[in-house]
Order: sequence, then C-alpha cells, then structure tokens
Amino acid sequence: MSDSTNHENHENHGNAFVAWVNGEPKPEVEKKEPKPKVKKQKKPFDSAEAYAKFHKLYKPACVILCLAFIAVLVYVSIKTPLFGVTDAPTNNEVAAKYIEEGLEDTGATNIVAGMILDYRAFDTLGESTVLFTAVMAVIILLKVDKDKKKKQDMSAAELKEEAILQHEEELNDKHRDVILKKTAGVIAPFILMFGIYVVLNGHISPGGGFSGGAIIGAGLILISQAFGSKITKRFFNFKVFTIITSGALLTYAALKTYSFYTGAHHMETGIPKGIAGAILSGGFILPLNICVGLIVACTMFGFYSLFSKGEI
Amino acid sequence: MFFLNHYYEIAAVILFGVGFMGLLLHNNLIKKAVGLNIMDTAVYLFLAQRGFVWGRVAPVMGDDRVATVEEYINPIPAGLVLTGIVVSVSVTAFSLALILMLYKKYHTLNLDEILLKAKEEKAAKKALEESEDA
Repeated sequence: MSDSTNHENHENHGNAFVAWVNGEPKPEVEKKEPKPKVKKQKKPFDSAEAYAKFHKLYKPACVILCLAFIAVLVYVSIKTPLFGVTDAPTNNEVAAKYIEEGLEDTGATNIVAGMILDYRAFDTLGESTVLFTAVMAVIILLKVDKDKKKKQDMSAAELKEEAILQHEEELNDKHRDVILKKTAGVIAPFILMFGIYVVLNGHISPGGGFSGGAIIGAGLILISQAFGSKITKRFFNFKVFTIITSGALLTYAALKTYSFYTGAHHMETGIPKGIAGAILSGGFILPLNICVGLIVACTMFGFYSLFSKGEI
Repeated sequence: MFFLNHYYEIAAVILFGVGFMGLLLHNNLIKKAVGLNIMDTAVYLFLAQRGFVWGRVAPVMGDDRVATVEEYINPIPAGLVLTGIVVSVSVTAFSLALILMLYKKYHTLNLDEILLKAKEEKAAKKALEESEDA
C-alpha cells in the first residue's frame, strides 16, 4: 500500500518536472477549505455533584496507579544488592576516600561533619539558604503588618477574629498550666545546654549544626509555650532574628569563599587544623557548625512563632 | 521468600506508597502535607539502609583512630539524608503557611470546597465586570 503510493507520488513528481521543463502552466490544485471547528461543549465542572462524580473515577484510578507504582518499586528493590553487604556498589572509592583521608584533610574525627562542612560545604550553604528562603516565604505569607493595618480598615470578621485571639492569649497568660511551667523551668535550661553542646562538638562526636540547632529551637519553643511569648520576646524579636540569620549566612559564605579561593582541595591555607579530637580542631568546621546551628535554631523558633501568633 | 532478604527496601517502598496514597486520596490539605512527609521519611529510610555494612560502626573515629575502610560504614548517605530533611522541613513549612492562608480566606480545609468557592468567586467577579461594561 505505502509502496504503491510512494511510487505514484514519485511518478507525479516526474510528470510535474517534465511539465515544468516543457514550460506548461502549473495545474491548479484545488484548495481544501478548512473545516469549521466544532467547539466541544464542556460540561460545567462547578457543582458538588460533579466533584462527587469525579471522585468516583479518581479514587480507584489512584489506587490502581499507586499499586502499580509500588509493584514496580518492589521489583526494582528486590534486584538491589543485599542489605549490609561489603561489595555493594554504593561502598565505592568515594566513601573510601572520605574515610581514609577525611581526618587528614579536614581534621574532624566525625567523618560526616568533615564531609558536609568541608568537602561538600557549598551543598550545606545551599541547604542553609533553602531554610532561610523558606522562613522568608513564611514571613511574607503570615507576618501581620501592624503599622499598615489600621483598626478602621479591618472588616468586622477580622476584628472579631483578632478580639478572640487576644482574649485567648489573656486567658492563657492567666491560667498557665502549673505542671508545664514547673517541668519546663527544670528541663528547658538543660535542653538549651545540650543543644549548644551538640553544636560545639559537631566535628568530634555525632551531631552538628543541624541537629543541635533543632534542639535549641525546641527548647525555645518549650519556654515560649510554658511562660508565654513575653519572656522570649525579651531576647528574641524580629530585629534579632534578622541580624542572626543573615549574619550567620553571610559569615558562612565568607569563610567558605576564603577557604575555597585560597586552597581548593586542601592545599595549604594557613588555617590550623588543630589536634584531632580536641574541641578547637578541624579548621573552619567549628565556626561553620555554629553558623548553621544559629540559622536552624532561629528558623525553628521563627516557624513556631509565625504559625502561632503571626509575628516573631 | 524473596522479601525477607530485602525487608528494609520493601518497608521503605510500602511507606512511600502509604504516603503517596495519602497525598492523592485525602481531600484535607493538612493530610496531604502529612502524606508528603511520610514519603520523605520513606526516602530517608531507603538511603540510610543503603549506607549500612554489617560489622562496621558509625563513621566517628574513636580514640584508637585507625582510618581504614574496613572499620566504618558509608558516610555519604548520612549527608544526603541531612539535605533531604532540611528540604522537607522547608517545603512543609511553606505548604502549611499556604494552607493557613487558604483556610483564612475560605474557612475550610477541603480541597473540593475551596475550588468550588474560588470558582464561584471568579464567576461573580466576571458577572460584576460584565454588568459594569454594560
């Protein structure tokens, strides 16, 4: 079928060429008139019944899709190397290099800290920036602008909402839970101290800036829950938050830029490595951990206070 | 039994499926966010178990400090999981903030109701504009 049409086409072409050579006028080709497009009448998708009908089809389709997806993933994961075997392809020369030369290159006994804050420090800078950007986005979405929002501009519903919130906060201040207050008074200092310990010992023991910062943030949230936000506002307001997060991020970027420009791949940089295992060791890893810990602690507490009160 | 050899992978995959189902099937936006977090957790489990090797310890050097490959497990998945946790925290916070804004505007968390209300609003706005033109 296709062969014959090809052949015909070819012949037609040949004829047209001969006609053109002979100077004959070009035979007029009938122009097909474009068919008027028929617009499909879409059913309006704007009633609760339409959604119910859609869900009738959507839910089984989802279940089938998920089951098929899981089946494919299970089949793939059965073909992966066994759990915990030595010769798995993930345990290749990259991991061997980090383990064998990590202490010598970075001066940190915690190889993971040496990896994420020295070999792959730009990756961690990106992570901190992601956290910073997330908290900025949440501030844009949730922060209540008190200067712009005048009382007469607000609608009745908004006024009512604010009155309810204020009333709740007053009630909370009056009747704070005694058990929570007493317990928090005992354990919150220890939580904060443990967080600081984890941040400062990130390069010689398990932990680091991210986990220690999360612990400090949790301690601040506990204090704010137990004693009210007035206590935390004394030392942590929006100005302090801005200064700490952007300052820590800029310090991180500056330190890492210095060490990358002066000696990439661990040439002589003039930064003392210190004695392995001591707290002042590991080059820039300790200050970088402190920067990351500050950012994470501020971010955690910032998320909490933004979601609960709409301000930092 | 094939799955006894790969129980960590199978558990991670099933957890991933549970999260995916929650993300797709729930109409409540908060539950969708929770489903997304369960999916993240499944990925961490998968990555963490990939780095483990029998008979080796966590890559923190002790006092004897012998830096040989035969001593320590793979440190790279730990770093990757850390990145994943940070990104998931950020995404969760951002999505919850968006959900809070939607709730403040429409006073419901049901996705269908929000879509219906938004469409009604749009239609009302269009009708208003048309009446102003005419």
